[in-house]
Amino acid sequence: MNWEIVIGLETHAHLATRSKIFSGSSTAFGAEPNAQANAVDLALPGVLPVLNRAAVECAIRFGLAVEGRVARKSVFARKNYFYPDLPKAYQISQYELPVVVGGGVAISLGKTEKAGEEAMEKTIRLTRAHLEEDAGKSLHEDFRGKSGIDLNRAGTPLLEIVSEPDMRSSAEAVAYARALHTLVRWIGVSDGNLQEGSFRCDANVSVRPAGQREFGTRREIKNLNSFRFLQQAIDYEAQWQIATLEDGGRIEQATVLFDPGTGETRAMRTKEDAHDYRYFPDPDLLPLIIDDEWIERARAAMPELPEPRRRRFIDEYGLSAYDAATLTSSLEVADYFEAAVAAAGGSAAKPCANWVMGDLAARLNREDRALAESPVSAAQLGGLVARIVDGTLSNNIAKQVFEALWNGEGGNHPKAADEIIEKRGLKQITDAGAIDALLDQVLAANPSMVAEFKAGREKAFNALVGQAMKAARGKANPQQLNARLREKLER
Amino acid sequence: MSLTLEQVRRIAELARIEISDAEAESALGHLNRIFFLIEEMQAVDASGVEPMAHAQDLAQRLREDRVTETDRRGAYQAIAPETEAGLYLVPKVIE
Repeated sequence: MNWEIVIGLETHAHLATRSKIFSGSSTAFGAEPNAQANAVDLALPGVLPVLNRAAVECAIRFGLAVEGRVARKSVFARKNYFYPDLPKAYQISQYELPVVVGGGVAISLGKTEKAGEEAMEKTIRLTRAHLEEDAGKSLHEDFRGKSGIDLNRAGTPLLEIVSEPDMRSSAEAVAYARALHTLVRWIGVSDGNLQEGSFRCDANVSVRPAGQREFGTRREIKNLNSFRFLQQAIDYEAQWQIATLEDGGRIEQATVLFDPGTGETRAMRTKEDAHDYRYFPDPDLLPLIIDDEWIERARAAMPELPEPRRRRFIDEYGLSAYDAATLTSSLEVADYFEAAVAAAGGSAAKPCANWVMGDLAARLNREDRALAESPVSAAQLGGLVARIVDGTLSNNIAKQVFEALWNGEGGNHPKAADEIIEKRGLKQITDAGAIDALLDQVLAANPSMVAEFKAGREKAFNALVGQAMKAARGKANPQQLNARLREKLER
Repeated sequence: MSLTLEQVRRIAELARIEISDAEAESALGHLNRIFFLIEEMQAVDASGVEPMAHAQDLAQRLREDRVTETDRRGAYQAIAPETEAGLYLVPKVIE
């Protein structure tokens, strides 16, 4: 039988605020245990939560970015459950009236592969996004048979983004998670740090016979904090469900955990002991009112989004779909690329793209640096590319200049490439007379090679080019040199 | 609508409250009186009335995103039953 896999994701993104959602504690990662857990976070008696404006601003920006509806009125609710890293015994969340309703995220598959696969585009619809607080962390190592609780993370603002069950493969789920990850970082609402748990996904997976309208029974895989685990977990879970059904078994609704060690999912709790969260409006918090003026102010402050920017890169600069997707993988890369093009001139867009994705990316990678830490500024790289485009530098010599720029030669001056070319005398020789004189010397000094060439050995031609390039210390324009040499030899 | 004794025990279990049979019986009576009150309220025709999320018709006040708290872990942990290495220790709970 043909089976269709149905996936919906719930994604928790830590919001990029300085302080917690309901208290003035710091949200900085990596502090001493409980050094950032105050009376509100600890749920000491008599405390009251006060909502952080910046967390709301993040939710508004997200709602605008996904073209959802930002609710003029939303309500905080208590989600009741017992766990030691949740000291209030309820999480403040939103239930019936979330801050963002609807919207969608565009995904494209195949676009990021270099060749072959055909690109597939699709929009994953969002159900909602709501504000809530994170819980603390439990450490189950042995503290004399007890668990240790660190409440630094308790109260960190989260946006929970819930998708519709619109994905049909693990590849689509990963493409969606990646697109969402790019988006939240792009609009500055989350740092999206996967290692620090700032971006976590729960995947709801079910299978059904192809063509069936009703969904199958779903199981929810909790807490996937890498794209690879997301893919592995969904693949395993879907195959397990298919195998179970084909063996005549039934799927029970359950919450499952993914074990990266074995690559398997296993049930954590089934429906019988499912949580009953007993949501109700939190009497400590009044309804959140967002007026049109606030939304319009947020709209005016939004950057151009990844999707429209990707399309513009194709239309305006004539980039390939692959280049445009790579250069819009983050706001930093897109801004760097456009700043380089601005310095190099609009016609230099393709070589700028090649340098940003090629030499620059490779060099950053080798030294494990982020683009923001690049010693070569966008203006400097653009200045270098301009000298390739206008014929001053060959690609090979340009690599030397790039190396010099990387090592800080020319300081942070935007025209540093020109200074290096001048100082080192790297200007390409394009003067026909100079190239002729050079070639005449080389031909006179290597009569045996000339004779070999005339005897029909093409290899000798390359040897002569090598000699001439050596004499020019690599600076002769290679196309000109080749053409002129052949003319002279075949005359 | 009224609760059963079974439901009372379930609620207590969810809240991790240990109750004896006598306490469950007593709680059942109290809770059912509340349900009776709710039933009375539900008899009122409230169609066309927007549900309220709060007794006061006001909007949530917002605070600026500033870190205003300092580290007072020592003071808080002084009143905790047990701590170690900066952590609060609790009976082991693993899901």
